[in-house]
Amino acid sequence: MAVRVREHIIRMAEGGGCFIGASLSCVELLVYGYARVIRRDRVDLHRDYLFLSKGHDVPALYGTFVEMGILAPERLGNHLSTADSIYWHPNRNIPGVEFHSGSLGHLPGVAAGVALDCKLRGGDNRVVVITGDGELNEGSVWETVLVANAYGLDNLTIVVDRNQFQANIRTEDLIPLEPLQDKFKAFGCNVQRINGHDFEALEKAFAAVEAKGKVNVGVNVVIADTVRGKGLPSIEARADRWFCSFTAAEVGQLLEELHGNLKATIQSETLVVR
Amino acid sequence: MNYEQLLIQTALADERIVVMTAENRALVRNAPAALKGRFIDTGITEQTMIGMAAGLALRGRIPVVHALAPFLTMRAYEFIRTDVGIAHLPVKLSGYIPGFLSDGNGPTHQAIEDVAIMRGIPGMEVYAPADEADLVGMLPAIWSSPAPAYMRINHKAGSYAHMPYVPGKAEIVSKGRDIALLVYGFLFENALRAKGLLEAEGLSVGLINMRSLKPVDEAAIVEAARGSERLVTIEDHFQTGGLYSIVAEVLLKHRMMANVTPLSLGERWFKPGLLGQVLETEGFTPEKLVEKIMIYA
Repeated sequence: MAVRVREHIIRMAEGGGCFIGASLSCVELLVYGYARVIRRDRVDLHRDYLFLSKGHDVPALYGTFVEMGILAPERLGNHLSTADSIYWHPNRNIPGVEFHSGSLGHLPGVAAGVALDCKLRGGDNRVVVITGDGELNEGSVWETVLVANAYGLDNLTIVVDRNQFQANIRTEDLIPLEPLQDKFKAFGCNVQRINGHDFEALEKAFAAVEAKGKVNVGVNVVIADTVRGKGLPSIEARADRWFCSFTAAEVGQLLEELHGNLKATIQSETLVVR
Repeated sequence: MNYEQLLIQTALADERIVVMTAENRALVRNAPAALKGRFIDTGITEQTMIGMAAGLALRGRIPVVHALAPFLTMRAYEFIRTDVGIAHLPVKLSGYIPGFLSDGNGPTHQAIEDVAIMRGIPGMEVYAPADEADLVGMLPAIWSSPAPAYMRINHKAGSYAHMPYVPGKAEIVSKGRDIALLVYGFLFENALRAKGLLEAEGLSVGLINMRSLKPVDEAAIVEAARGSERLVTIEDHFQTGGLYSIVAEVLLKHRMMANVTPLSLGERWFKPGLLGQVLETEGFTPEKLVEKIMIYA
């Protein structure tokens, strides 16, 4: 499924383009989240929630929705058309999207509000929010962690897509985040660090979250080490491959590259916009 | 010369200038190498960046500060108002992709209330150039003023050969008996083309490139109201607090009545998409503008 999600992402980079690198890094996080964490048979106030705070990776979200049967595949063809609502950031006109995002550092707070209400009502809902690593620059993320721990929101799990880049810069070259586990631990969180492309590691991490929830209080943090551009060697871990708009021929080559058939030759310039 | 070339040239000639960004380098890709320590990237921390800009200004610096217009004006709003506004510090805010220029990003990235909220800060100046040439023509006066200022950055090339910028003055492209189009920023180009289409219909059409929204050129608005049957304000902004409001305030101050048609985004975010399609959908192409204006002609 992750491979098919990556195919969707690559196709969405044609024409007007998309944030391809950050989309490719969080594919396993989204696929795992919707397949194994979110219990989709639960409804109304008993629901589980997955909030995507790093909204620019929305192609990965929509690709996952298509593969889960939540979103009609033909709608991805409406990317950047004013006739639909498939654009560079998520919005609730698209089925499955919990909340709009795009401005960074917002959804940890929104998720904490949801988690608090689940606690107040005595529910066993799971509330997950996926953030970027550059997003951790925003003070609002850390404010949320302080408050969420003050209220003992052990039903909240923050998953950090730790792909090492923010826009066109390495995080450690700009505003260093490491040692990141220690920072979250010092704020009172239960922290795990895993390979974010490894489904077994994700399975173990979320099993630990469930087990811990019965004995401990505190926000769960899963730092998922990932590779920006994962799956496409010509894009992987490259600062300049952030927002990309490719030609149809380039997209064809990248799809081949995804399946290991060739290495793509990319001519299109990347754009700098957030 | 483009925005970045002017910025680097100005900063190299004036030690007081520091260039800041909250991790948006679209406008200042070459500034780190050229300016070394006077290029400061604070990461995605709009509030902290503004606080630091105030601190730098307290030490005699003139920070030219960059971020996407919505995050710059809204994420950091209280910091701008409190740290920069109350202290009246010469911090120069460059808001990138304002209005329609955020095309496919969606409502989170749409700065279409920026004029309203920034002009609400006492002493804050607000500017909106018609195109990149207009932008580069206006900036030297704005950067050398002691006032805080917000600029709707417009990096798009235009077709019009602008007159030199006079601080606080609008650019009066033409005067017209039937209609006067009042416009700012990126939509100037389409208003210019709409003017041509309206003239082909036999109308006498005025066109004003507002340039400075605060301070505003009151005389230009008053004269247009006196000389034209109808004023049309054109803006990629909510109707509240933008040019329509400014015109209403000026007319009331001068005890004047006028027919004023607002072409704005009303009270809603625009449909995201590629820029050309956004203009078509929202009715801001030259042809669509003409259609809406001809109802009143």
